[in-house]
Amino acid sequence: MDPLLVVENLQKFFPITKGILLKKEVGSVKAVDDVSFTVERGETLGIVGESGCGKSTLARCVMRLLDPTGGSIVFDERDITRLSRSEMRPVRRELMMVFQDPYASLNGRKRVGFIVAEPLDVHGIGTEAERKRRVQELLEVVGLNPEHYNRFPHEFSGGQRQRIGIARALAVNPKMIVCDEPVSALDVSVQAQILNLLKDLQSEFGLTYIFIAHDLNVVRHISDRVMVMYLGKVAEVADGKTLYTEPKHPYTGALLSAVPIPDPTLGRQRKQIVLEGDVPSPINPPAACRFHPRCPRFHAGTCDVDEPQLRPFAPGHEAACHFPLEHWPMTVDEVSRAAERVAS
Amino acid sequence: MLQFLIRRLLWAVFLFLAATLITYVIFYVVPADPAKQMCGRACTQEDVARVAHHLGLDRPVYEQYGRYLWQLVGHQSLGTSYTTRQEVNHIIAQTAPVTASLVFGGAFFWLLLSIPVGILSALRARSIGDRAAMVFVLVGVSAHPVWIGLILSYFLGYRLHVTPIAGYCDFFNPSLGSDCGGPVQWAYHMILPWMTFMLLFAALYVRLIRANVMETMTEDYVRTARAKGASEHRVLSQHVLRNSMLPIVTILGMDIGLALGGAIFTESVFSLPGLGRQVLQSYSNFDLPVILGVVVFSTICIIIFNLVVDVLYAVLDPRIRLE
Amino acid sequence: MTATLEVEDLRTSFRTDDGIVKAVDGVSFSVDKGRTLGIVGESGSGKSVTCLTVMGLNDKRLATSSGSVRFGGEEILGASSDKLRKVRGDRIAMIFQDPMTSLNPVKSIGWQLEEAVLVHQDVTRSLAHARALELLNAVGIPHADTRISDYPHQFSGGMRQRVMIAMALVNNPDILIADEPTTALDVTTQAQILRLMQKLQDEFRMAIVMITHDLGVIAEIADDIVVMYAGKVVEQASAEDLFERPQHPYTWGLLGSLPRLTGQTERLYQIPGQPPSLLRPPSGCAFHPRCEFTFERCRAEVPELVAFGEPGHRHRCFLDNARRQQIWEAKKLEIKGEAA
Repeated sequence: MDPLLVVENLQKFFPITKGILLKKEVGSVKAVDDVSFTVERGETLGIVGESGCGKSTLARCVMRLLDPTGGSIVFDERDITRLSRSEMRPVRRELMMVFQDPYASLNGRKRVGFIVAEPLDVHGIGTEAERKRRVQELLEVVGLNPEHYNRFPHEFSGGQRQRIGIARALAVNPKMIVCDEPVSALDVSVQAQILNLLKDLQSEFGLTYIFIAHDLNVVRHISDRVMVMYLGKVAEVADGKTLYTEPKHPYTGALLSAVPIPDPTLGRQRKQIVLEGDVPSPINPPAACRFHPRCPRFHAGTCDVDEPQLRPFAPGHEAACHFPLEHWPMTVDEVSRAAERVAS
Repeated sequence: MLQFLIRRLLWAVFLFLAATLITYVIFYVVPADPAKQMCGRACTQEDVARVAHHLGLDRPVYEQYGRYLWQLVGHQSLGTSYTTRQEVNHIIAQTAPVTASLVFGGAFFWLLLSIPVGILSALRARSIGDRAAMVFVLVGVSAHPVWIGLILSYFLGYRLHVTPIAGYCDFFNPSLGSDCGGPVQWAYHMILPWMTFMLLFAALYVRLIRANVMETMTEDYVRTARAKGASEHRVLSQHVLRNSMLPIVTILGMDIGLALGGAIFTESVFSLPGLGRQVLQSYSNFDLPVILGVVVFSTICIIIFNLVVDVLYAVLDPRIRLE
Repeated sequence: MTATLEVEDLRTSFRTDDGIVKAVDGVSFSVDKGRTLGIVGESGSGKSVTCLTVMGLNDKRLATSSGSVRFGGEEILGASSDKLRKVRGDRIAMIFQDPMTSLNPVKSIGWQLEEAVLVHQDVTRSLAHARALELLNAVGIPHADTRISDYPHQFSGGMRQRVMIAMALVNNPDILIADEPTTALDVTTQAQILRLMQKLQDEFRMAIVMITHDLGVIAEIADDIVVMYAGKVVEQASAEDLFERPQHPYTWGLLGSLPRLTGQTERLYQIPGQPPSLLRPPSGCAFHPRCEFTFERCRAEVPELVAFGEPGHRHRCFLDNARRQQIWEAKKLEIKGEAA
């Protein structure tokens, strides 16, 4: 047990103001509402969820790109929740980020050498010659030609640009890298390359990852443990295999049954729970259990009254549900009961 | 929507106060002695002091400003001219219509020219016509209105006698100091000023409209409209034009404000007795109430105009209307 | 039996500042009523351009097309714009990837739906309105009678896509072409939309052409599949056949690079390099620079589509059948990601 990151009761609320002259806070978007988790040194924690679940906001809070409204973030045994900008500076060497859009996250007017060297520059590491050597080293490590040091981002493909982003994140030898949907914008064949690269780099440099994605397949592949979020709260957290073979939270079940399987025979065999309606807005989340209006296992009187807390089902497997799934895949009965509920 | 309106109105009031305050401070802090101006050359020190007291110039600035505001808001009076002793309100009432003719007439014609040219350029991008339009844009943007005015007035007015060289005719009746009147004479005398005034803006708008239309043509919803089987005419009128013209509304509001300032040049060249020329004259006489009066009046007009344009935009764009 | 849509040797090139781009280079396929054809490929494969060409939606100043597109037996490629307009939105409908930008933001969705009707049918506005309402209900928009006068920005992503589908189906088309309709949506919303499309297909008895890069979506919804690479069809087969017995190394690569829920693989089977430039495509087989099994002939000649195995199964690869089966047997586990 060697936690690198411990997040406890993290909250991030965005105020909604109304009023003509003097703005009054009438409510807030509860983007992240009481989220706790840990990330062990050397592991990959996957965070998965749909739009509005808060995973990107969570990432930005951990990176202190946003100021948390409540809770605490302890990184490498240091509380970074309320550090000022200058105090955060040295921490940022240890905690880097790779972004989703390879076209927007690189400054198109700067050469690749400059982009990758920038973290070194910001933290005052090495002489100019040393930096150049380091950049070329990094370009090679991520599978690019070190001679392309002087090229511009637009001369590279999407996958290559993402490699540049990764090289940039590695420049200062961070302990942890937060990857926010790093492969969502890439073609399937390129996606595989980047995922393999991330895995290789992890073993070579002893990195710890937080990997955020909406694609369950991708998250499953690269993560040791996976956390499922829904409307700002943690629904379930378990190790990769268990989450996908024995999910407890009905939302996890719905997500799993919604993921298209690239196998026509298997796909048609499986019994699907199809949720009705849209993901509700985090401005006015449902009372008590946030998932209750769409939940196939809803029990009136409990689910809409008491908010379920995360409780353990097995070591390392927690879910926040009063009536967790009993079997997976669901039995025919359960599916039809779910369909009835969904239809009503 | 209501909130939006109220907020805009409050903002307009605030802007008005800020603009008048700044103008007032600038003009009354400027090292020119209004009392001396008003009194005239033949006055003695005592006379000047008496005039100063009469004008309230020995009071603190904020009190003067307060009195000015009160006079403005309470009595709707902009004061009295130092030189002609006329009511400033009256001066403005006489000169404003001239400037309005120039600016609004000019705006009408610049839109009349730029909208079709802009749209056609966009639809036939890179054609000869489009390239010619772009040359026109370059010339229109680069050439100074005064230079254009003089050139036009020389060739069209003096050489070819197609239009009058200078002078203004009242729309309704012959006014003092001129021997012409009526709508036809009015328009006839305004042709050159309009052409001079509108060239710059027409050029800018052609470029703007062309860019907007070209961009809107590439939007996904235009592709959807085509995919539905809509005729090209329908795609253009219902989908492209409505959406690409929307930003023009806001910009027009801003530009009318700018145009008021630019009117000075055109009015000078063609001797149009408008607000611009009035300001120039008053400036050389240091006739502060008139200058201030013109500034206040123009500011009010610009603020109102922008407010109208903002509201219009909100009405036209449901995304703003239904927030 | 004439297929609803028959495309033969379709080619489309674009004139760009850097040269000619052969976006679609000899594509043929057909779709029947009630069946779903999936077109799978990555960026630059030409899958979207193929369908835009079928619909006649390419910019005529830049694009030149040749080949044949027969709809219900009638040739529509190169037909007059009037003829094409009659067919578009009426017999063949298309929906696109991003529902937010694909709807006009300043017109109500009711207006836009009615437009789809009025462009093709000479009816009163109230009749068009009634039809629009009918479709909104069919696609599952709650409170359709009040929401019909709302604007696109007042709907969520999933709802907007439903509106797009309603708009496409309002004239009971024979074919629906869907270009990545669920890519921009959440996975649970995607499942809803796919379900909806299948239900509507049964109700309206139409053919669907689904373009996507997502092999999972294809497996779920397609009866027949066409795999495209660099403007050409590299493999086509029924869905079962393609996933059970893929024949082309690119298809193997695609299948293998998918991370799977059921998989145990440590490393994904990755295709090296990136999709080719269409300005200067590789010589011979366009896939050869990235193919593990390439040999001399692949560099020199462009392979033709040859039949193999089940009827309708074709691929474009020079490997001889025995060698191919050998490779497939050896790689099967790795590619399909099954536990050893």
